[in-house]
Amino acid sequence: MKTYDKLIFELSRPGRKGYSLPEDNYNTNGFDSIPKDLLRKDEASLPEVGELEVVRHYTNLSNKNFGVDTGFYPLGSCTMKYNPKINEELSSLPSFTTLHPLQDESTVQGALELYWNLQNMLSNLAGLAEFTLNPYAGAHGELTGLMVMRQYHISRGDHKRKKVIVPDTAHGTNPASAMVAGLEVVEVKSKPNGSIDVEDLKPLLDDTVAGIMMTNPNTVGMFETEILEIADLVHRAGGLLYYDGANLNPLLGKVRPGDMGFDIMHINLHKTFSTPHGGGGPGSGPVGVASHLVNFLPNPKVVKNEDGTFSITNGEESLGNISTFMGNFGVMMKAYAYILTLGKENIKKVGPLATLNANYIKESLKDDYLLPIEGVCKHEFVFDGLKDKSTGVTTLNIAKRLLDYGFHAPTIYFPLLFHESMMIEPTETESKETLDDFIEVMHKVAKEAKENPDDVKNAPLTTIVRKLDETTAAKNPILSYKALKEAVK
Amino acid sequence: MSKILDDLRYADSHEWVKLEGDIATIGITDYAQHALGNIVYVDMPEVGDEVTQGEDFGAVESVKAASDLISPVSGEVVEINEALEDEPELVNQDAFANWIMKVKVSDPSEIESLLDAAAYAKICEE
Repeated sequence: MKTYDKLIFELSRPGRKGYSLPEDNYNTNGFDSIPKDLLRKDEASLPEVGELEVVRHYTNLSNKNFGVDTGFYPLGSCTMKYNPKINEELSSLPSFTTLHPLQDESTVQGALELYWNLQNMLSNLAGLAEFTLNPYAGAHGELTGLMVMRQYHISRGDHKRKKVIVPDTAHGTNPASAMVAGLEVVEVKSKPNGSIDVEDLKPLLDDTVAGIMMTNPNTVGMFETEILEIADLVHRAGGLLYYDGANLNPLLGKVRPGDMGFDIMHINLHKTFSTPHGGGGPGSGPVGVASHLVNFLPNPKVVKNEDGTFSITNGEESLGNISTFMGNFGVMMKAYAYILTLGKENIKKVGPLATLNANYIKESLKDDYLLPIEGVCKHEFVFDGLKDKSTGVTTLNIAKRLLDYGFHAPTIYFPLLFHESMMIEPTETESKETLDDFIEVMHKVAKEAKENPDDVKNAPLTTIVRKLDETTAAKNPILSYKALKEAVK
Repeated sequence: MSKILDDLRYADSHEWVKLEGDIATIGITDYAQHALGNIVYVDMPEVGDEVTQGEDFGAVESVKAASDLISPVSGEVVEINEALEDEPELVNQDAFANWIMKVKVSDPSEIESLLDAAAYAKICEE
């Protein structure tokens, strides 16, 4: 069934059903109560299929999925660590899943306590005063954090501070979030080793600077050793420091963004705190701030009363609501379970093991692959394609060839610092055996590139869908079943 | 190896310029098209737009990345290469023949600040 490639619409036969209901004797035609102009004119074209067909269809499709439960997933900057099943078990407890967000707070004390506890745990891990768990995802957290930054300057009557400094290696969401928050983006250059160029930063620091967005370790996986100097320079210029939590994993429980001088940060619970993502589930992007910014955090908030009960409140200086209720609660439960099951001591092992795994792969492969930045990396690193450039085999070819060997491809062509970027992040949850298998395959692909370059250039050779024509896909995308049918005609 | 033509001037952001009278023809270099990979879209300015030396006037999108186009001269856009609207891949086939825009330059001396072929070749090697 590996070759199964049907759409459910193709299984449809007129009149086929997966149910049989008794005759309706109660005259309950729900359509009568809906205004006529709101009713659709044609019947919805839903597939007509039996239950067994539906089950087989989706089971076969699910077998084609590649996820961290089926194989190694070294997707750089995405932290595809294993998501322990106990997280799922706890987050599916009916006493939580059946809650309604409009229930009276006296009936949801447990949920509020969880929100409060998780928020405090994150504050401790980040070295910041308070967190909101409301943002739905990483980029939503960035937007929320930048709105806090903007609100802070406006509250002091400092309306000219609109400039957000973003490194040229930053994740694309950073400048995008700044624009959406109504701020202006200014790029700061990186040095050849990927670190921020302090000399290039200095002239940008005038009285129009709202703040700077950084990750540490940076996008190429190296620790920004000049962070304290950068923090001091930005603060003295009146700006704030924003920490993109995308790369928090190697520092977890060891180094705190707040201690490095950051004022605002978001955390991707779905990366660092082991909740499914990448098509596997919704994200969550809590935002933490230093004490002078607490009042600007979005509404609603959870507070602990003197009698030990919990309430939902709205702050007056808050920037307002950024979500319908209070975020993706299921994701928070999984992250909470993860922190509690690891415990205070084990959480400190996450970063060192993630760092060890990344360095082990890097050092094992640097004879075959071009390592543009030497030195000890953190949780991830970047190769600039094959060392031997004479074969004509590109990073894209290698990524596709890895699929033939049962591995998910690394992140490719990001960061833009190098032409043939290949970004590898193994995470702490992989065993040495898995890392060795991956290393062996990467050596094998490098050898193939020399001996049978065509095999690599035409890869993947064993997947259901072979090498895609990316140019045509980008120029003439077919995005619906209807468009596909027309294209086939 | 990338092709570099001797009679053109170059920006370090990988655009080329050919100045004839006060009309500058501008495109991206062979090195740039090679680094970008298969180009799927060229975002061009409109005729009549003002462009400024060192500022972006459009973008090139490839299967790998989107990259800003930086104008090597200042002036008014007098013509764009409409063929690229349907066939952006022409830039991959010959980056020097398939120019992107023509600009009536406001200050011809700006061209002196650009690199000659030898200096540009050096940048590409680095």
